[in-house]
Amino acid sequence: MAQHSVHLKRTRKPVKWTSIMAWIILLIAAVVALWPMYWLFITALTPTTFAIKTPPDLIPLHASIDNFQRLLTQASDYWSWGKNSIIIALTITIFHIFFDTLAGYAFAKKNFPGKDFLFWLLVATMMIPSYVTFIPLYVETRNLGLLDNLLAVILPGLAGVFGIFLMRQYIQTLPTELLEAARMDGCGELRVFWHVILPLSKPAVGALAIMVFVQHWNDFFWPLVVLQSSSNYTLPVGVAGLQGEFTTDFGIIFAGAALAALPMIIFFMIFQRNFLSGVRMGAIKG
Amino acid sequence: MSDVQLAEAKTRPASRPNPIKRFIKQHGWSYAFVLPSMLCFALFTLFPVAWALIISFQQGDIVSDNQWVGFKNYLRAFTTDSGVFVKAIQNTLYYTILTVVANILIALALAALIQGRHKHVKTFFLAAFYLPAVTSSVIIAVVWKFIYNSEYGFLNYLLSLVHIAPMRWLSDPNLVLNSITLSTILTIPATGIVLFNAAMGSIPPEYYEAARLDGAGPIMCWWHITLPLIKSTTLYVVVLYTIASFQVFEKVFILVPSGVGNSTQVIVTQIYQNAFQQFRYGIASAQAFILFLMIAAVTVVQFRFFRSDVEY
Repeated sequence: MAQHSVHLKRTRKPVKWTSIMAWIILLIAAVVALWPMYWLFITALTPTTFAIKTPPDLIPLHASIDNFQRLLTQASDYWSWGKNSIIIALTITIFHIFFDTLAGYAFAKKNFPGKDFLFWLLVATMMIPSYVTFIPLYVETRNLGLLDNLLAVILPGLAGVFGIFLMRQYIQTLPTELLEAARMDGCGELRVFWHVILPLSKPAVGALAIMVFVQHWNDFFWPLVVLQSSSNYTLPVGVAGLQGEFTTDFGIIFAGAALAALPMIIFFMIFQRNFLSGVRMGAIKG
Repeated sequence: MSDVQLAEAKTRPASRPNPIKRFIKQHGWSYAFVLPSMLCFALFTLFPVAWALIISFQQGDIVSDNQWVGFKNYLRAFTTDSGVFVKAIQNTLYYTILTVVANILIALALAALIQGRHKHVKTFFLAAFYLPAVTSSVIIAVVWKFIYNSEYGFLNYLLSLVHIAPMRWLSDPNLVLNSITLSTILTIPATGIVLFNAAMGSIPPEYYEAARLDGAGPIMCWWHITLPLIKSTTLYVVVLYTIASFQVFEKVFILVPSGVGNSTQVIVTQIYQNAFQQFRYGIASAQAFILFLMIAAVTVVQFRFFRSDVEY
């Protein structure tokens, strides 16, 4: 809006106080948004004795990696948590990309009996909170002997209809003539999928991959329920556990939290554009 | 039998040897393509939902010795532990109303303020707002817990600068729900900003030019052009935030692990305790379906509310 106000006032030599106000508000909002992130890393780098003094240091005057060293010796499972988080998020993401693109392609470009019913069924279950399913899933997991196993987190993670909608939405925009041309050239269905659909869907696949990965990297409730021994925890579950173990040793807790946050922050900085376009793509169906 | 039918009968075996084979040839790939996701959907969504519905009408330990008890679990959901679930619903509604209203207003305002700025400025602010959103809510809650710490916390330090006595943010029963709510409000609603910003950017500039020629100021433009034209996005964002707020859990679980009396009970902490600590599966399932019904009802109302307006 600021843009328009500037245009309006162009004739009478602008007193740009609205613009200045806008900048002040934006900067305050940015500080509020980033403050917890800043505080996270500052506290992680400050030995606990300094972290709890008043007044607190607003910049790291006593920075050291002491907390991280103590974390990795005292919370010896930390690397396992990181490894588990990567395995879980990566496996789920890879399967989601294939499953959702396959299904999205069929829903977008093919006609088969029962298609409308299946699609209606997917839509109908969208609003059901996942908490509804957790007790039966827990019993299923227990019966399969998968409690305290990474598969207990991975398998239910493979379900999820959002990606199917996203891929269907995107593949609908691809020209059907292209598929027909490929078939004329003698491509079988699998080759059409692999050599035409998948490469052309790259933007949507990228957005989907990021969203699925972030969602499962940060997932908390279900891993908390089914992963029981410390060496099988994911990072969020492990970090939550640090609080119980080290109660007021904020240095160690924050070192654990900061280290857990770092990969996603770097990931975001590299793929920032894809993150944001993914958010917009997801909303198109709304 | 007419000649045509005779001819058809004769040629049928030759032209379509087997209807099943033909069907498979025609549709087999389609079903093969939807099979993996439909299988996962059936196993991990559809089947558990159906089973949970059954459990919510039963009493027992699921594995054996289950009795049908009708709607008893739905009644007991509200009466067990001297009716703490009612309090949990009240707390959840309080949290949801405050955070959704605040989130929407803040997102609208900030999206408008970054609209039309230089590309790099826009990217910087969108990234700054979005960074906490990619961070696990567990980690964000860990930080807030320290900020709220009554002895060493940053917030009480800020208060001490203006000579206000330290507050017990997370242990005062009258304050703690507000502290939890405040921490959500102060987490800039990044998704909303990104979506509103995209919606505002797609409004044709001619609309504003025309309005300006008619003498409309920025606020008039905002009220009569921007707001009506981003209505469907607003609906989407409102629904998104409402559903998320109704399911608040991580934040409460981390900030006040053992709760502060009943003042920090929300719907999902109740479900969690009944299901995985008290092992009252029937009641927990009933509560989960009550949560679902509340979300569904509120979403329907929101759709009605936004649709009742004049479409532009």
